[in-house]
Amino acid sequence: MKAVDFDYARPASIGEACGLLAAGGDEAKIIAGGQTLVPLMAMRMARPALLVDINRIAELNGIESGSDYVTLRSCTRQAAALADETIRLRAPLLAKALRFVGHGQTRNRGTIGGSLANADPAAEIGLAALVLDARIEAHSATGRRQIPIAEFFIGPMMTALAPEECLTAIRLPLWQEPGRLGTGFQETSARRSDFALAAAAVQLILDTEGTCRRIALGVGGVGSVPLRIDAAMERLLGTRLDDDDIGDAARIVYRAIDPAPDLHASADYRRRLAASLVERALAEAKRDALARKA
Amino acid sequence: MSLHEITLTVNSAVHRGLVPARLSLVDFLREGLLLTGTHAGCEHGVCGACSILLDGVPMRSCLLFAVQADGCAITTVEGLAPGPEGLSVLQDSFWETHALQCGFCTPGMLIAAQALLQSTLTPSDEEIREAIGGNLCRCTGYKQIVDAVKLAADRLRGSNRAEGGVQP
Amino acid sequence: MTADPVPGFRYIAKKRRPKEDRRFLVGGGRFVADLALPGMLHVALVASPYPSARIRSIEAGAALALPGVKAVVTGDELARAVDPLYSGLDIPKVRRYPMAVGMARYVGEWVVAVVAETRAIAEDAAELVQVEYEPLPHAGDPEEAMLPDAPLVHPEHGSNVLYRRQFVWGPVDADFAAAKHQVSFRARWHRSATVPLETFGVIASWSQAAGLLDVWASIQMPKFPEQVARALRLPGNAVRAHFDVDVGGSYGVKRGIKHSVLAGYLARTLGRPVRLIEDRLENMRGGDAHGPDRIFDVSIAFEDDGTVRSLRIRAIDDVGAYAGRAPLQLGKPIGAIVGPYRIGSVAYEPVSVTTNKTVQEAVRGFGQSPTNFAIETAMDRAARHLGMDRIELRRRNLLRKDEFPYTIPSGSTYDSGDYHVVLDKALEAANYGELVARREAARGHGQLAGIGISCCLEPSGGNSAFEPLFNPKNETTTWMESCQIKIDLTGSITAAMGTSSAGQGHETLLATVVAEILERDPDTIRVVHADSLTALPSNSPVGSRMAIMLGGAAAGAARKLKTRLVTIAAHNLNLPPEALAYRDGSVAALDDPGRALSWDQLVEIAHRKFHLLPPEAEPGLQASHVWEVPTGGGLPTPDGRIQMYPCYSFECHVVYAEIDRVSGRVDLRKYVVGHDCGVMINPDIVHGMTYGGIAHGIGAALYERFAYDETGQLVSGSFMDYLIPSSHEVPDIEIVDHCTPSPLTTFGQKGSGEAGYLGAPAAIASAVNDALAPLGLQIATLPMSMAAIGDLLATKDAAR
Repeated sequence: MKAVDFDYARPASIGEACGLLAAGGDEAKIIAGGQTLVPLMAMRMARPALLVDINRIAELNGIESGSDYVTLRSCTRQAAALADETIRLRAPLLAKALRFVGHGQTRNRGTIGGSLANADPAAEIGLAALVLDARIEAHSATGRRQIPIAEFFIGPMMTALAPEECLTAIRLPLWQEPGRLGTGFQETSARRSDFALAAAAVQLILDTEGTCRRIALGVGGVGSVPLRIDAAMERLLGTRLDDDDIGDAARIVYRAIDPAPDLHASADYRRRLAASLVERALAEAKRDALARKA
Repeated sequence: MSLHEITLTVNSAVHRGLVPARLSLVDFLREGLLLTGTHAGCEHGVCGACSILLDGVPMRSCLLFAVQADGCAITTVEGLAPGPEGLSVLQDSFWETHALQCGFCTPGMLIAAQALLQSTLTPSDEEIREAIGGNLCRCTGYKQIVDAVKLAADRLRGSNRAEGGVQP
Repeated sequence: MTADPVPGFRYIAKKRRPKEDRRFLVGGGRFVADLALPGMLHVALVASPYPSARIRSIEAGAALALPGVKAVVTGDELARAVDPLYSGLDIPKVRRYPMAVGMARYVGEWVVAVVAETRAIAEDAAELVQVEYEPLPHAGDPEEAMLPDAPLVHPEHGSNVLYRRQFVWGPVDADFAAAKHQVSFRARWHRSATVPLETFGVIASWSQAAGLLDVWASIQMPKFPEQVARALRLPGNAVRAHFDVDVGGSYGVKRGIKHSVLAGYLARTLGRPVRLIEDRLENMRGGDAHGPDRIFDVSIAFEDDGTVRSLRIRAIDDVGAYAGRAPLQLGKPIGAIVGPYRIGSVAYEPVSVTTNKTVQEAVRGFGQSPTNFAIETAMDRAARHLGMDRIELRRRNLLRKDEFPYTIPSGSTYDSGDYHVVLDKALEAANYGELVARREAARGHGQLAGIGISCCLEPSGGNSAFEPLFNPKNETTTWMESCQIKIDLTGSITAAMGTSSAGQGHETLLATVVAEILERDPDTIRVVHADSLTALPSNSPVGSRMAIMLGGAAAGAARKLKTRLVTIAAHNLNLPPEALAYRDGSVAALDDPGRALSWDQLVEIAHRKFHLLPPEAEPGLQASHVWEVPTGGGLPTPDGRIQMYPCYSFECHVVYAEIDRVSGRVDLRKYVVGHDCGVMINPDIVHGMTYGGIAHGIGAALYERFAYDETGQLVSGSFMDYLIPSSHEVPDIEIVDHCTPSPLTTFGQKGSGEAGYLGAPAAIASAVNDALAPLGLQIATLPMSMAAIGDLLATKDAAR
């Protein structure tokens, strides 16, 4: 299990990295944490001719808290984000999701941007980003652009990023509506650190009456990309998330998804599991919100 | 083949090397530096036998290319003992509880446990299991490893009270 | 977990830090991949992508043209130079070579070997080898493979059935007819294995001048050097296997005979040392190290009061594409085919079937754990049928302490045991009453909760009696083990064993036993692994045998040395040996302790002062002992009765589990095992192997499976899909020791290397089924994955 021979470059800036990518074309590949890419290379399923190592680019590291957004630079380690006070307070859904990402050692190296760019449909960071309606920032030699998360994931391990683009940051919009914010993230995997058989993420705001004023809900591991389930969100908006409401939402999710069977689970198992995790995530988010001061 | 000159510190000694880009860090440590204590168990990042500390942080050396470790400080199992004769408190605790059998996963386990004890000397069982959760062991069922880490933490807490601090 | 004190021992059964641990803790182990020889070449393998295919052509030009590539070798070339590998069955038409010859028979089978200056270059070149295949229909499901029109894996053999025999021991039909109740069921044990963290590796180096092949391998295999020599058409003394290689886990499977023959051939033809270290993907699909893959059809006959009368078991085992020793794994359980129970008659039909899958190898317990799972499932089903408590039913059928030695219908005599006490101890440690209350409370809250019980045997002292049983042409009736000890001129003791170790603590075992007999500090005793040319015969650490066999051999050699020391002292003190006492290495007159010779003096005499030695005495201080397996030596009777292994360890597992209603996740909340393996030479080592065996059993019960899809592809061929339990999946385990010494062994010890694994899958299955019982559901297929349990639960929800 030795990688195919390749060339290696370690740019010091985003501009330099983009130049390398532009010159390298399809043959060039970015390496960030490498926790997904390197196994693929070892198995020779990924065969880049040039590896562009962005780990030492200072401007790709760090978390910033603005008035409307929390921004995570792409090379921020998952462990750093998990330990970060800003994330815990201002993007609590991401903090909850991060606990399920791999395990300590892979989080120490794996990055936020790397997980997004790899686009595993069962990945937790992508699911949280989808639910939070994140914007992906990408640079290339010809400029930069922002990609709404809804347009970012195209299929398993496929994104809207062009080969010459470098994912540089993810911006998470802050929910500013009055009321109590609650989040829930539930996941089931075969072993603790395995990819999710299914996962569910919820963020919501309850008003003083306990009525849901805003909600976003998504499931992962049950399709080719993480899925936001708008019909379930609509069903819950304006309700107090009573058991009937939550049960209906779960049923909507069950009907809305169409997972494929594989070695680990049948299709219907994943649908049932996802629906159940949605119930649990909704209950968790509701509890979370009600526990906060109005 | 692209060759790259690297300089890195391994167990406090500075090494220079000319490495092909595709050489993994674990292969470089084992074959280039003859530090064969770090083991390659799966080469795809699951088993943890190749765990090392990179700038003090535990990670997989099979998921890093050697060239990426240029300028970094690495600790391997060979760097844990205070000297050629002795054992660290953690290593000695592993011996005391027989926290190993075939010894193949042991270097990675020690690295994972070392990192934990650098962050806390009062780990709960759950924290210990979390810290070694990315390191597979096929011999022990983990029980005597958890016992060893607890014992080491106990000993280090005692030593810290008595002597004002020792290394795990 | 505290061991019962065993009186009368100085070092045995005491806590002592294992000798071998220290080197591993400082990164000083010496595994095969840690060795490097000058000029060493590396091998990568081209593997078949098809489960069954004719190999039409192989084009190696591009590979050979790559700089650094030294050779490209095909199966046809190799087959001309080597003899087929050993088979445990009498199936001459099922020929097995290290690489595919003409036809590839499973996905991952080696087709071409590429040798290069580095492993990376060898992999580059392997990609350039062009193999043209003609895909053929393949045999997947073992039962379908037995049908008349199934594709044949080995057409020359004429059938996919490699072995089948109906054993009937006792009046089975009459007992079934007379019994008031019977229950029949099918149980499935899917393919898993031990999957050690170190893959298999070998380095071979040929000296033309010496005519000698040196082999360093990650090996745990009986008669390994002889088999390598035979396949390579070399005399046995032209192969030197180095047993001082640390083996990174094995638990049965490290038998890389095909790897070693290939590496030996390459080293010989290329004139350079050759290293073949499997990578993880090669290991899992082409390493020929999968484990038992069984379908059990079981019937059990019993009375109103729970008394079990008879048992019928048919076991179909899918051994994969070739047959080495693995089919004999259907034979070993015959030595404990009734478990720890008093069952008067048994019918057993083992069926070994070949399919287009990776080859099976020996796995911890050599077929016993699947069989124990089948027997224990039968006990649970009988109890459920009667509405009787599962523990009570077991109590009624467990052999009583006063019934030993006890001969079971298939001919083996159990040496000793105290099963009821071990069961009671385990229940007490588990706080069984509280567990029941906890289960009921959980059920009251609508949760699924269950308690699992298993009572299982670990036959130990590994003999090879299944060889003549399954192949009458093979009259092997000894499975000896040996030890050599010398005391050198400085008075230091060195003990040598003739096999390698894979974490079982043999160095500690030898040092402890020798120290016990010679009354010297174990820490001062050096233990070495002799190479195959200097070692005396060994049959390697298989069949849970080393505490008994290596311990017995070491004790024998040490006793000879002790006798020699006393003889030398008697000669010099002018006293008869009976008038002397040996103590701490010195020998003194019983009635006059001042009249004595010290260890140093005795050593000095033996090594330097021939004039002070008794007449006819050999100078120096060395002794060896070769020990036959206790109770060994017999051939089977015509109806297939034979003494299998000599000693029988017992384990009783008590498990409490809760199951998530939707996901089917099984959460093991409490795990206690009562364990009796006689006298434990080193309790920490025994406990460690038991914990590890249970972890392995949890894997087999809930997580691990080598799964194949309908096209014959292995779909769990990496650590991402083959799910080895981590520290999160293995709960805290409590061991309760009990000691019933074996009357057959030197110190009363029994084997323990397979402990935990032999009863854990049965116990976990029992807990799962207890949890499902209120829903009227049951499951008897391992592994019981979350998804399988979840899907089963959903059938109930849908019905509701």
